Amino acid sequence: MKASRYILIRIVMWVLTIWMGVTLIFIIPRLMPADPIQNMIAMMEHQAGPMPAAEREAMVAQMQRQFGLDESLWNQYTSFLLNGVLRFDFGPSLMNFPTPARDIIFRNLPYTFGLMIVSLIVSWTIGNIIGLLAGFRKDKLSSKIMESIAIFIYPIPIFIIALVFQIVLGFVLGWLPISAVIFGEVWSAQWISTLIRSAALPMLTLVVLGLGWWIISMKALSMSTAQEDFVMFARYRGLSEGEIGRKYVLRNTVLPQVTMLGLSMGGVFGGSVIVENVFNFPGVGRLMLIAVGASDFNMIMGGVTITIIAVTTATLIVDLLIPFIDPRVRRS
Amino acid sequence: MAAIGKMWKHSTVRLKIGFFGVVFFLFLGFVVYLVPHDDPTLFDMWNVYAPPSRDHFFGTTALGQDIFWLLINSIRNSIIIGVIVATIGTTVGVLVGLTAGYLGGKTDRVLSAVTDIFLVIPSLPVLILFTSLVQGGPTTLLMALAIAIFAWAAPARQMRSMTLSMREREFVHTARFSGENAFKIITTQILPYSLTWTLSNFMNAVLVAIGMEVTLAILGLSPATLMSLGNMMRVAQSYNAALLGHWFWIGAPVVASVFFFVSLFMFITGYNDYLSVKRGR
Repeated sequence: MKASRYILIRIVMWVLTIWMGVTLIFIIPRLMPADPIQNMIAMMEHQAGPMPAAEREAMVAQMQRQFGLDESLWNQYTSFLLNGVLRFDFGPSLMNFPTPARDIIFRNLPYTFGLMIVSLIVSWTIGNIIGLLAGFRKDKLSSKIMESIAIFIYPIPIFIIALVFQIVLGFVLGWLPISAVIFGEVWSAQWISTLIRSAALPMLTLVVLGLGWWIISMKALSMSTAQEDFVMFARYRGLSEGEIGRKYVLRNTVLPQVTMLGLSMGGVFGGSVIVENVFNFPGVGRLMLIAVGASDFNMIMGGVTITIIAVTTATLIVDLLIPFIDPRVRRS
Repeated sequence: MAAIGKMWKHSTVRLKIGFFGVVFFLFLGFVVYLVPHDDPTLFDMWNVYAPPSRDHFFGTTALGQDIFWLLINSIRNSIIIGVIVATIGTTVGVLVGLTAGYLGGKTDRVLSAVTDIFLVIPSLPVLILFTSLVQGGPTTLLMALAIAIFAWAAPARQMRSMTLSMREREFVHTARFSGENAFKIITTQILPYSLTWTLSNFMNAVLVAIGMEVTLAILGLSPATLMSLGNMMRVAQSYNAALLGHWFWIGAPVVASVFFFVSLFMFITGYNDYLSVKRGR
């Protein structure tokens, strides 16, 4: 496969993925039996007392017009694609009226992505090194211990890991804040130091969770690679074990792991949503949950759409790295 | 019986531990559950934060609910959700994977693309949207269906590659050349051979689904009246059970889920190892 063809296929898949994702989130609210406008009016009546039937009708009609729900489905769909997906215009946030939902989401997005990227890089690197050693020298005691730890960590829901860190490191030992507090001017020394202190526990949680998976997958990969004929041959040629590990096993296992890195983006984002909420870290995940609590529909739609686009784009970027790593894609 | 004995002899330690763990939790959820007990959702305000005793094995919550029976009911409900999701996910996944792998060509390309797309789309935001819309009234079944939207892609992908290699086997060729139609070959020749892997996929889907329910419950998006491991943790957490030192309340669901998830995972990986060893021999 030629590199240009590979890149073209990836980009087409990227567009298709975004299209499928946003279509899904366009359809879901419209399939629901619950009517968000009726909900909203019920909430208003709950706070301000019941209103006469005629006023109620007028209110429903007015709101339907405002949210564009009186148009045909097709028009709603095209305008959602045009305004929402291409211009990120989801209307004003209802809980921070009249600030556009987009502005608030983009203000929170860097926190989430900072958390995701740093923890992914750390856990991917450490996990793959441990996994490679554990798979390549599978009979050593240390390898077995490492694998057992990984098997114990990987299936545990991330919330439990976050909770344990919060209680042990934050509450009992008191080393780090149990809830994020970030203040000061952006990029000032104070801001940076509070950010690092606040991000430490969420990041640690994400790293530990990721480690389990990278160790397990890398161990399985390198174990099967270590049994290949070319590794045997290298051994007969008298290369040292370290050299075999670096030049033969590592090179053949890194590629699937990079592909896996791309596929794991969605899961890491899910983990980030949880830790943000446990530690009150100001990312998109926490913003979306607040929006759900406040029934801020514009914000929820905006948050979901923008995260889908951002996560699939991150996956695309990782996929586009592959031709640089794999000479087979680059040359032939 | 002899077959089971033979399987037992060849299984690894990991598979055995995992097997016993899973059986233990099934026992808790479906046999211990049958012991007559009071409805653990009922409040008992004379008896809040009771320490463990003969009446309340694990003590009571801030609302006087019995923690032990809450836990048993939660384990049961979480397993039921997991099984519903896994049944839907695995069935759809196996059908898609078999069709794509066996028919090949354009069908394969379209189905594989859709599968890959569903693997990449981040599921949690979509599920947040879904559950937020039915706030107040998401039923257990509705939530299971929502989780199942994303549960079919991974089995489909594995099934496709299984079928691709299966298609080139002798007995499939024989069946094809003796004039069997595609549907019959898939159901009578390929499916029986892949059932063992389907079981492993099914268990994996159960694990993922229960994990997803815990996640949604922690975020407050699971049906509030549903007793599940995730909801138990969320309620305990909202009363700051950990910081106030009510260890049984927060500890029971946490410890139970850790052991349940780890034994389920050990069962799955142990079973996969067993299968690959069996294939190799």
